[in-house]
Amino acid sequence: MNLTLRIWRQRTPEDAGAMTTYEVGGISEDMSFLEMLDQLNEELILAGDEPVAFDHDCREGICGACGMVINGRAHGPERTTTCQLHMRHFSDGDTIDVEPWRAAAFPVVKDLVVDRSAFDRVIGSGGYVSVPTGSAPEAHATPVPKPVADLAFEHAECIGCGACVAACPNGSAMLFTSAKVVHLNLLPQGAPERESRVLGMVEAMDDQGFGGCTNTGECATACPKGIPLSSIATMNREYLRASLKGGTRRR
Amino acid sequence: MDCDRPSVCAMALATRTDRPPSLIGSVWRSTVGKKAVMAVTGLVMLAYLVAHMLGNLKVFFGAGEFNHYGHWIRTIGEPFLHHMWFLWLTRAALTASVVLHGVAAYQLSRRDLAARPVKYRRTRQRASYATRTMRWGGVILALFIVWHILDLTTLTVNPNAQEGRLYENLVASFGRWYVAVFYIAAMLALGLHIRHGFWSAAQTLGANSPRRDRVLKAAANGLAALLTCGFIAVPLGVMTGVVS
Repeated sequence: MNLTLRIWRQRTPEDAGAMTTYEVGGISEDMSFLEMLDQLNEELILAGDEPVAFDHDCREGICGACGMVINGRAHGPERTTTCQLHMRHFSDGDTIDVEPWRAAAFPVVKDLVVDRSAFDRVIGSGGYVSVPTGSAPEAHATPVPKPVADLAFEHAECIGCGACVAACPNGSAMLFTSAKVVHLNLLPQGAPERESRVLGMVEAMDDQGFGGCTNTGECATACPKGIPLSSIATMNREYLRASLKGGTRRR
Repeated sequence: MDCDRPSVCAMALATRTDRPPSLIGSVWRSTVGKKAVMAVTGLVMLAYLVAHMLGNLKVFFGAGEFNHYGHWIRTIGEPFLHHMWFLWLTRAALTASVVLHGVAAYQLSRRDLAARPVKYRRTRQRASYATRTMRWGGVILALFIVWHILDLTTLTVNPNAQEGRLYENLVASFGRWYVAVFYIAAMLALGLHIRHGFWSAAQTLGANSPRRDRVLKAAANGLAALLTCGFIAVPLGVMTGVVS
């Protein structure tokens, strides 16, 4: 398979950056998108060129490190992570545009690598449960009904890859934040911090420069883990409920 | 902290327990809260529009009935309320809704545009037409409201301009083809705005759920179609001579 790649190259965060065209040949359809980029990088290194920088870690779709906009879609044409996207979804002779996540809160570090630490600051403002560490508690001490556990798990699947922010025309982190809020607020372990969690995380989300939600639904379409759009409605309900209860903003 | 006088120091300690932020202040500051304000004010305006549209349809039953309806609006609530008080209370609530809705939309839009400073080189068609036209559709509706008030409330730009003769003023206004066309265009924009806005409000207020999603979307489409058709019927009636 021979492909034309147009990849965003940017040396430093301050650099202007531009789309640069590369030709790659001998691509197997069984390769993942990242393996295809690995091959390009090997050729670039042999030619004495700078390899394309991109984030990756587990390469099995569970860490959320890899992320790039392929042909205008976060993680490319399939509903999966870039590492799990295979070249069989492209055709010989295709021109593929590869760009980094675009959002004010995710500044480009280099090429396709963006700084997603804004997500960490949102998590740090409430995306956890305060429990004493020590030996594991008895599993049946805190019963959770099966439908609640299932719904919480559906939201716990979020890997924080940032595709929702990249796909949103407003660079909004509502789907990410709501996944965490819904996951923890549903469970009895998260109940003591139910109000402060949602208030703190929404405030942090706004502070980090993410946009607001205009209900375009782009985030839920792009999410490789299938976090549903209803998650945002639930977070809105939790936020309004916590506001009316006068929950404490900061701990 | 310098503490020469113990009384001052005690005061400083006492004020360290932060007063909880006011509900209105904290809600207005957050994007989620501001959206909730937009949702509530949008629903207030939507409820008004349903009543307005039903009232408008009385135009098809003749000048007498329509003008009588116009007179009745000014007497609602009497003798508890003074003449026209109900009307002015409604106008005040609507003005507050329009202003809050517009200001919140402007501030949120500024924020949204700043949050995505660099566009993608390769883009694809995103979201529905109704969703993509919310901002400019809203601006068109705001301009329409100004024209509409000048035309049929204050009668500033009305060719007939007779106080209390609603029917005759309306027929004279829609007698100008460009006014009728502008009105119809604005009502189509209104339909699109409600199509996305109603469902969006449910989502923003947390009333949506996977179970209710289809019902709410159907309700949004139904309301949009009903209001658009109901409002457009009046200029069409004048243009076809049914109302004259």
